[in-house]
Amino acid sequence: MGALLSFFVVIVLVLIALVGVKGAGLYALFGIVIPYAAVTTFILGVILRVIKWSRSPVPFHIPTTCGQEKSLPWIKYNKLESPAGTLGVIGRMALEVLFFRSLFRNLKTELRDGPKLVYGSNKWLWLAGLAFHWSFLIVLIRHLRFFTHPVPAFVNMIDSLDGFLQIGSPHLLMTGVVLLLAVTYLFLRRVFIPQVRYISLPADYLPLFLIIGIATSGILMRYFYKVDIIKVKELTLGLATLNPEVPAGIGVIFYVHLFLISSLFAYFPFSKLMHMGGVFLSPTRNLANNSRMKRHVNPWNYPVKVHTYEEYEEEFRDKMKNAGIPVEKE
Amino acid sequence: MAKPTKPPKPEELVKIDYNPPEKPWMEVPVEFKPGTFCYGTRPKYLEEVGLPNPREWSPTDDDWKLPSDWKDTVINGIGERLKKYRSFQLFMDICVRCGACADKCHFFIGSGDPKNMPVLRAELMRSVYRKYFSLGGKLLGNLAGARELTFDVFKEWWYYFYQCTECRRCSVFCPYGIDTAEITMMARELFNLLGCNTDWIAGPVANCYRKGNHLGLEPHTITSNIEFMLDDIEEITGIKIEPTFNRKGAEILFVTPSGDLFGDPGTYTCMGYLMLFHELGLDYTWSTYASEGGNFGFFTSMEMAKRLNYKIYAEAKRLGVKWILGGECGHMWRVVHQYMDTWNGPADFLEEPVSPITGTKFENAKTTKMVHIAEFTADLIRHGKLKLDPSRNDHLKVTYHDSCNTSRGMGILEEPRYILKNVCNHFHEMPEDTIREKTFCCGSGTGLNAGENMELRMRGGFPRANAVKHVRDSHGVNMLANICAIDRATLSALMQYWVPDVEVCGVHELLGNALVMTGEKERETDLRLEPLPGKEEDEDV
Ligand code: SF4
Ligand code: SF4
Repeated sequence: MGALLSFFVVIVLVLIALVGVKGAGLYALFGIVIPYAAVTTFILGVILRVIKWSRSPVPFHIPTTCGQEKSLPWIKYNKLESPAGTLGVIGRMALEVLFFRSLFRNLKTELRDGPKLVYGSNKWLWLAGLAFHWSFLIVLIRHLRFFTHPVPAFVNMIDSLDGFLQIGSPHLLMTGVVLLLAVTYLFLRRVFIPQVRYISLPADYLPLFLIIGIATSGILMRYFYKVDIIKVKELTLGLATLNPEVPAGIGVIFYVHLFLISSLFAYFPFSKLMHMGGVFLSPTRNLANNSRMKRHVNPWNYPVKVHTYEEYEEEFRDKMKNAGIPVEKE
Repeated sequence: MAKPTKPPKPEELVKIDYNPPEKPWMEVPVEFKPGTFCYGTRPKYLEEVGLPNPREWSPTDDDWKLPSDWKDTVINGIGERLKKYRSFQLFMDICVRCGACADKCHFFIGSGDPKNMPVLRAELMRSVYRKYFSLGGKLLGNLAGARELTFDVFKEWWYYFYQCTECRRCSVFCPYGIDTAEITMMARELFNLLGCNTDWIAGPVANCYRKGNHLGLEPHTITSNIEFMLDDIEEITGIKIEPTFNRKGAEILFVTPSGDLFGDPGTYTCMGYLMLFHELGLDYTWSTYASEGGNFGFFTSMEMAKRLNYKIYAEAKRLGVKWILGGECGHMWRVVHQYMDTWNGPADFLEEPVSPITGTKFENAKTTKMVHIAEFTADLIRHGKLKLDPSRNDHLKVTYHDSCNTSRGMGILEEPRYILKNVCNHFHEMPEDTIREKTFCCGSGTGLNAGENMELRMRGGFPRANAVKHVRDSHGVNMLANICAIDRATLSALMQYWVPDVEVCGVHELLGNALVMTGEKERETDLRLEPLPGKEEDEDV
């Protein structure tokens, strides 16, 4: 249901681009206005969201400790899973952000006869997630060559590494294929694992279909309906240098590609995709496990009503005296 | 009130169906199954601490007697908390519903109820958050996964947020560290704005507020309970111990959960402390006012937790001690380690803790000035300050249960193991994926250790029990050690149900068994007054 709806939304987006460009000839709208609007929404949206998050304070020091605390000097403590200082926290965050450390832990719980619970290693989600995010990043970096002139050396290098198999012409770029495979896996597991299907919302399928659409249109454009790459670069470089113009004669598939990307950018700040920024702020991960060593202050700490010792003694004085417990007032 | 129902037989209970129903979860109404929820609080407990809406009510009633503006209270309460807790705000926004946390929750594993998957538990709240606090939810409603807050939704929250023990296991596996416990805490704060605590939590809170401890032990009862233990110790060792209470000028204030003072096997652990401190000649005192290390306020609201926690520093100040030593307890240590200083510090009237026996500076407790007894004892053993005879525990094959709070909210993993390996000869770990940071909850934490929800507890404790069964079958384990007063009570019930031949003890009970005390007579029994290995024949004669 959610999947169909999201699929439908993406189809409509494709149609809008087709009709808008091919039918109505709105080149400037789809080539300039919408991309600018999308990027602006993206940047402002992300900034505002992060500001909103950081406005909420972290009242308590709540790292989830995943290893031995730093305590006695002869007990080996876990610097990465239970870091006691900033360096360790940076290490922990780096592992989390770059290699998805926590997802790597993933297990599959199974109930067998006996009854016996068994916990099997389950790294597929981790692998697909990692493949997806890294290939996406590399694809993004590769695309820098459309927005720079001259193209920086590292972009060219990544490009040629990516095409190292030297299959076909133009060379098949691995990351595009990996991206499409990984995102397809992520979609399939959402549909076929009953629990995951049960929790999935349209908002979980939409980004997947958008990205599938973006990757597919990109691949089609590069290998099949080849568009005039020189003209595409004229347009993109124009966008990047704030000197936009729309050269005539770029195939419509390019506009579909661009419109889907714009949609993704504009949607990003309002969606779960913000996990990209959120992971850095997560208080269970980015705090050191040093709360008994270093005082943590709650900015909204306020005085509360308490039951004082005097009130306690007042109530129990006789009983205390009878039990031989010292009291303040005889 | 409904009568407590006995849980079904284990063979019945393990018939668990993990397949979610056909209907989308928003359309599946909550069903209060007997044995899986706690009673609603009696009004007197709320009155005693001044919490709102005290009245007679039961979760199975059609009318919970909520104030007419209850919805506004909840929505405003959410809004306020979003601004006060980054964790809450962030965790409402960034979950990608990847499902990595789904089968990590002991309640899901034990029940198969999809709403016990941490992600869906959180979605119960998130869906309402979207409706009232996000543009997409306001505009698109159900399509954006948003839903209206209704009384049925509120009831559903109540049912499922009292089926989360705030154990943080989900948080270990979540790629963004989303801690469903944080969301449960917020939900429970909201319930308490409307007088909807459980009886089993509100009672101990009220007790603790006025009498100093959850069990409501009055000062003379505390001393006499300890006297009983001292008699037993004298019978076992021939040594008479004379601890002090509320003594000014002692070097150390000792605070432990009141569960250690009442009922076995907690009292055996307490005997272990008493024997250890006596043997060391430690200059310490008990307090009848700060006679609770645990904190059921923590399962009520942050404010209530702070109100109860206040007594510890206040008493340390009044008595003029140098630092505080804390006994074995799980959630107590989550609170001490991560909250106490922030709530009620700075404890600048105390000194940086130093062991008077070894001279070790506990630098890790520099500002909070409270040391965990396992840290304290491990340091003693390391410095060779204790004479130990582990063979006195030879009748025991021991495994160790990491409490959720001490493992995932503190990280004290090695100290208790070090002590155990020094005080007993047979120690076996449970499977790796069920211990340390991946440990499984006893199934009854955060105040779910009541009697009326026994089925829920046995379900939630199933993964833990199953891992114990594994080492019982493979290594003949017959003793489950831990450092938590709640565990000592709840795991005992759990073992009786799932693995009946395994008993439960605190680490310091085993230490008490092994501790060779100056001037003691030859021991015939362990702290449970059961004959020591090799001494059984004498009994028979
Ligand atoms: S693991 Fe984290 S991101 Fe994934 S579903 Fe669970 S809470 Fe959401
Ligand atoms: S904190 Fe523990 S009990 Fe609560 S949802 Fe997470 S795993 Fe389940």
